[in-house]
Amino acid sequence: MALEITEVCVGCYACEPLCPNKAISAGNPVFTIDPDKCTECLGDYEKPQCAEICPIEAAIVDELGDALNPLGSLTGIPIHLIEEYNTTGTVARPGV
Amino acid sequence: MELPVISNTAPEESGGGCSSSGCGTAPDALSHLPDSIRSKVQDHPCYSEEAHHYFARMHVAVAPACNIQCNYCNRKYDCSNESRPGVVSEVMSPDQAVKKTLAVAAAIPQMTVLGIAGPGDPLANPERTFETFRQLSEQAPDIKLCVSTNGLSLPQSVDELAKHNIDHVTITINCVDPEIGAKIYPWIFWENKRIFGVEGAKILIEQQQKGLEMLSARGILVKVNSVMIPGVNDEHLKEVSKIVKAKGAFLHNVMPLIAEAEHGTYYGIMGQREPTPLELEALQDSCSGDMSMMRHCRQCRADAVGLLGEDRGAEFTLDKIDEMEIDYATAMVERAKVHDAITSELEMKRALKSAPKFNPDAEEKPATRAIRIAIASKGGGLVNEHFGHAHEFLVYEVGPTSHRFLTHRKCTPYCMGDESCGDGETVLGQIIKSLEGVEVLLASKIGFEPWADLEKAGIQPNGEHAMEPIEEAIRAVYDELAAAGKLDQPAEAKAAA
Ligand code: SF4
Ligand code: SF4
Ligand code: SF4
Repeated sequence: MALEITEVCVGCYACEPLCPNKAISAGNPVFTIDPDKCTECLGDYEKPQCAEICPIEAAIVDELGDALNPLGSLTGIPIHLIEEYNTTGTVARPGV
Repeated sequence: MELPVISNTAPEESGGGCSSSGCGTAPDALSHLPDSIRSKVQDHPCYSEEAHHYFARMHVAVAPACNIQCNYCNRKYDCSNESRPGVVSEVMSPDQAVKKTLAVAAAIPQMTVLGIAGPGDPLANPERTFETFRQLSEQAPDIKLCVSTNGLSLPQSVDELAKHNIDHVTITINCVDPEIGAKIYPWIFWENKRIFGVEGAKILIEQQQKGLEMLSARGILVKVNSVMIPGVNDEHLKEVSKIVKAKGAFLHNVMPLIAEAEHGTYYGIMGQREPTPLELEALQDSCSGDMSMMRHCRQCRADAVGLLGEDRGAEFTLDKIDEMEIDYATAMVERAKVHDAITSELEMKRALKSAPKFNPDAEEKPATRAIRIAIASKGGGLVNEHFGHAHEFLVYEVGPTSHRFLTHRKCTPYCMGDESCGDGETVLGQIIKSLEGVEVLLASKIGFEPWADLEKAGIQPNGEHAMEPIEEAIRAVYDELAAAGKLDQPAEAKAAA
């Protein structure tokens, strides 16, 4: 059982020092999890530590590819606006 | 309103004699700084309006991780309460940061302050931050160290901070009410768990207040930054200001929210509006009383190098530093000479300023109203910037006998050169909007077109004081207007017109 870091990781270093198994390391351009070392924190913590601190939605996924922090779960931004931002780099705001 | 503050009393002095700040000073007198603090900050480029023309500061980014989320931050970019979003700072290892600091301090002897701020929270990465401070306090004892934090891990770090002789800490405190906090901070990471909403905000607020009390008790100077978020914490910040000053913060710096949709922050995307310059000024007035300190804060980016308003960072990139040979012992001798020269110049200026001026006409003058005058300046305290090249305008409030610096109003330069004027029209509109409330604009030169538009917008352009010291120029302009009878009517009448 291991988690994975996806390409949306911004390399903020937040997860790396928290991993009880030293499974996370800086890879270029993103951080990576060594699947042989990751235990999903079982036995150490209630919740996977990397996913608990990671500020980037969908940066950490389980072996099925499901995001531990799905879109909208950390920022509260509605999903349609996140998608608009991700495709156009901004959000049209009428009247602003 | 009942505020969930742990204790609202002033911190007690720690045992073992007087610490350098707060001694013998009633907490409510802090809006007028006690001499001990004044002397500490008057040569600091970030705090002293006059010192920032002479002394330089630099920031290094060593600690990008963060343990909270702010709604004005997008981690793809810098910590946007301290830095301009959209500019990614160069994150360094502690060793690299130390080498860069020594290189800069040797090359720019005016460099006196090294700060560790964003991106991220320095105290969420204590190993990297303290390793940098430890090496610097050993190798470069003539550099002042400071650190900025969101405060969540502050109480645990206070002892270590005190050890490294760090005398300035900046805490960003946006609220003391968890309900308001929940609208600013969606979550925090605390004791191995992500905690959302009011519960998370409550812990953050408690840690910030505790950290502030502990630092004050140890005589470490604390500045509090707040981000003004209209409709969220703007009114509340007056209360915050009272409380943090009562607990020993020597300065409360209110900064405007930066929230553009392109930045991808929660506030940016959700259309949370930024404060207008006038709203910011009004709040700054009620929070910092008469203090003019910090009005010049430019929210500089996390790896800025040099004097405020200039950035020489490009001269000190990692590959360039690698090739440098630094003889810091020799540099330190040179630095001491430069610092002494600047200090005596500043002292002379202060003495001149505080000398009473004889002004027999002052009493007979009819009461005239105060106005805002904007200056285009490259620095050095002079009216020496072309209107079209200005990246910002310095705004002063000028009255019959005195004046004070209010703020910087940033802008996109109207014209960066002959070819790039295509956008001139809209840029000029934005500049005029940013000058809301300003009645006169001084620049070394102002082009024909912007001149007409400024006049139309009720801002009188003036190019007659090119290269003059700002303070003399604004006085001359004011006195001229007053003598011409243009400043007689009360401000209300004009606003209503
Ligand atoms: S889930 Fe736990 S063990 Fe696995 S990488 Fe994340 S922090 Fe390390
Ligand atoms: S916390 Fe998330 S964004 Fe930061 S380095 Fe780890 S995976 Fe990447
Ligand atoms: S403390 Fe700074 S880095 Fe952390 S979320 Fe807030 S603005 Fe961003």
